[in-house]
Amino acid sequence: MIVNQFLVLGALLFSIGVYGVLVRRNAVLVLLSIELMLAAVNINLVAFGAFVDDAAAAGQVFALFVITVAAAEVGIGLAIVVLIFRNRSSANVDELDLMKW
Amino acid sequence: MTPLLHLFALASEGGEHGLDVVTDPGGFAGLLASWAWLIPVVPLVATFAIVLVGKRLPWKGWELAEGSIAFVAVYAVALLIANWQAPMAVEHHVTLSRIDSLPGLGDLVLEWGWVVDGLSIMMFTVVGVVGFFVFTYAKGYMEGDVRFTFFFASFSLFAGGMLVLVAAPNLIQLIVGWELVGVASYLLIGHWWEDHDNNAAAIKAFITNKVADVGLFVGVIILGITVGSFRISDVLDAVAHGDSAVAQVAFWAGLALFIGAMGKSAQMPFHVWLPDAMAGPTPVSSLMHAATMVTAGVYLVGRMFPLYQTPGMADDVKIIIVLVGGATLLLTGLIALVQDDIKKVLAYSTLSQLGYMTAAMGAGAYTAGLFHLFTHAFFKGLLFLAAGSVIHGVHSNDMSDMGGLRRFMPSTYRTFVIGSLALAGIFPLAGFWSKDEILASLSHDAGAGGGAAATLVLWLAILGAFVTAFYMARAVYLTFFGEYKGEGHPHESPRVMTWPLWGLAGLAVVAGFVNMPGLTSSFTDWLASRVHVMGDHHATALNWGLAVLGTAMALGGIAAGTRLFHRDAATQQERDRLRIPVLYPLLEQKYYFDHLYMNGVVGPIKGPIARFVVWTNQVVLDGVVHAFGAAARLASRFVYGWADQRGIDLAINAAAAGTGEAGSVVRRAQTGKVQQYAGALFAGAVLLVVGFLIFG
Amino acid sequence: MSFTDWITDARNVVFLVIALVMVGAAVVVVATRNVVHAALTLVVALAGSAALFVMLGAEFVAWTVVLVYIGAVVVLFLFGIMITRAPIGRDSVRLDHVRRWPAALIAASVFGVMAWSTTAAFGGEEISDGVLKAENIGDLLFSRYVIPFEAVSFVLLAALVGGIVLARKDPDR
Repeated sequence: MIVNQFLVLGALLFSIGVYGVLVRRNAVLVLLSIELMLAAVNINLVAFGAFVDDAAAAGQVFALFVITVAAAEVGIGLAIVVLIFRNRSSANVDELDLMKW
Repeated sequence: MTPLLHLFALASEGGEHGLDVVTDPGGFAGLLASWAWLIPVVPLVATFAIVLVGKRLPWKGWELAEGSIAFVAVYAVALLIANWQAPMAVEHHVTLSRIDSLPGLGDLVLEWGWVVDGLSIMMFTVVGVVGFFVFTYAKGYMEGDVRFTFFFASFSLFAGGMLVLVAAPNLIQLIVGWELVGVASYLLIGHWWEDHDNNAAAIKAFITNKVADVGLFVGVIILGITVGSFRISDVLDAVAHGDSAVAQVAFWAGLALFIGAMGKSAQMPFHVWLPDAMAGPTPVSSLMHAATMVTAGVYLVGRMFPLYQTPGMADDVKIIIVLVGGATLLLTGLIALVQDDIKKVLAYSTLSQLGYMTAAMGAGAYTAGLFHLFTHAFFKGLLFLAAGSVIHGVHSNDMSDMGGLRRFMPSTYRTFVIGSLALAGIFPLAGFWSKDEILASLSHDAGAGGGAAATLVLWLAILGAFVTAFYMARAVYLTFFGEYKGEGHPHESPRVMTWPLWGLAGLAVVAGFVNMPGLTSSFTDWLASRVHVMGDHHATALNWGLAVLGTAMALGGIAAGTRLFHRDAATQQERDRLRIPVLYPLLEQKYYFDHLYMNGVVGPIKGPIARFVVWTNQVVLDGVVHAFGAAARLASRFVYGWADQRGIDLAINAAAAGTGEAGSVVRRAQTGKVQQYAGALFAGAVLLVVGFLIFG
Repeated sequence: MSFTDWITDARNVVFLVIALVMVGAAVVVVATRNVVHAALTLVVALAGSAALFVMLGAEFVAWTVVLVYIGAVVVLFLFGIMITRAPIGRDSVRLDHVRRWPAALIAASVFGVMAWSTTAAFGGEEISDGVLKAENIGDLLFSRYVIPFEAVSFVLLAALVGGIVLARKDPDR
């Protein structure tokens, strides 16, 4: 196994996630795409960790931190989505354009 | 680590704190001394506990205050017994922080500590025991008050601050305690702040004390810098060794410290705050006058006593101390003769008695002055509590609303009479012994180099004994004899208020015997257990001539009071009896001290300053301003016409128009759609990376 | 190293299979018209990443992914889908924007830049076969990484509280 194969896979998953974030209208689906991007990051981290093979295992530990933060992000994100849905009866991102000129 | 934890760790493990033991009692007494830091800490902790949870407790926080003061009383009495069996003088120092190489001062070490010696044990006992009775009484007196809980928090702070002051082995901690007492007194005097007068009295007490505190600060700074340490024992060591640098500044340092003491102990001319402090609830007056606040000044002089007593040091200050004490004891005693408010009679009486203490200290009689402090604490505490009981029953402070209360309030009547006799100095009550000792010491000082001043003050003090008995007799007759002149039905106070009266009355009877001449281990010996030699000029034997003379004056005062106020006191306008021309208005107006301060000090300073400021403003500043204005007008006309209108405006208008145009184009990019922003973000990131790869 | 050498290693064959499944699942996640299917195919993609972690000797991370993502996060998503009444099934509601091509272009250029720069930097270095046991990672987490660990725990707690505060119905309104 060489390190590049994991890096290319990570890049591919990440850009699929980017596509999903840019193209999905439903906020829940946007969040799903973000999870895909985070998974790609994790693959990169663990692959680099195995490649460098340091005693501190920084790659795996940081993958764990990313998972934790991702869980927190999903919790908050879904709470916000629920709140928006309650206020506007819609969870579509493109209808939320209050931040314009 | 917080100081509290720090202290706890050190006290329980005997850590690396400085221990300055001169007379180590060892054994259980030594253990008591090394845990004595609890004495100031417990009431302070109680203060915070009352503030935090007091309102939820069944007695609204009173139990915490009472428990803490009872702890102090028990601990202090245990120390007293230990000190009686084997004299002890122990100091503990704990370094809190250290600031190295301050300019002009060297290393500044901030320490916390506690000193357990004869003087501090005596003060602990006074605060604890009197405080215990007053706290108990206050539960009955303050029942139903709107700020009951807060009152007891402040009260605990008051006692705790005084204990911090007393326990202080260094001058910095002494100032901390000094100011805690000041703050607590402010809160307590102004306890009923809804009434503007009470507020004003609290502010007056605080400000008067603050003015005098400048003296304390100056003295502490002089001593600390000269000696290089703020520890009292270091200062007194330097004094004992005849350090020449200290000798040079000793006079001014001693005088400055005494000015601080005059403020707290309300000596003339700083006495004006104490009568006004009667605005506080009566238990506050009682504690303030007996144990916690006004004794602080006398205590300070006692604590620094070798500084004043050692020849070549501040011994020149002593004559000032004697004269201030002498003037205060007689002049304020005379004012007490014309007061109608029962609490003010007692307040002026306190001033007078503090004058006695101060005069004794100035005469070099360390023991006599502090012995009077000790006995005075019990009977003055008693008198105030009894007066409070009267006020509680009659709902008025004015003695012209009282009279005949003997029948309605038997307990209050009896205890008040006991306190009055003790104050007047009638054998064998407490006041007799201590007042006689002061007279004997003054006489001794007059014979031993005190000179004319000591002789003068001795005669003032003897005259003062007459005046004391006179005004107390007047107060007793006006309050308890004759016909009742007030409204409503007076009633005896509840038991929670009367039994502290009897407790203090018992102490007022017996407290004098502890220093009876001829005892083998007396108050004199307990008080002498200090780290340093006091050099006490103390008359040990009973001076029969003065004792008889003093008692005769007291009996004469009582007789005069009886003659003037006993018969038909109910019908006559009793104050007419004292309408002596010239003297009466002078006394009525309290020697015009308040007028002097308002019109003589505040007014003249205020007026000229205001006039000077106006003159400066009108003539000097306005002229300068007008000149500048004219010049500026000329300059601005040119600038406006040429530079501004033709040059700058053009540029600014063009810039504004350009910005507006650009904005209306660029704002189309702000769509408000989050995903477009995200797309721009990713595209930008890609462009950046590509840029770096190509050009980096 | 040639492709032939690479593909003859059995582990690389397994990798290729897993990677293809993951990419397929990821494409379904971003392209399907059924929201529930998107959430479920995300499970497949994440399970694939867990399998890769096992291959890389990171078993603790692998199981964490299974527990946290598949066990908790995806369930949370399903709840989110239900609560917001997202269109379940093949509804007529559009799930995507009209303009997909700019997005696809951006995604493709992101992929191009990332793949190019990483492969250019690393060439064909082999990954060593080491297994880090859960025991070792636990030791590290509670010694060397204890402060970031506590910080992350606090973030999680804050998110928990924040989620509750945001999502509860305000009784005043």
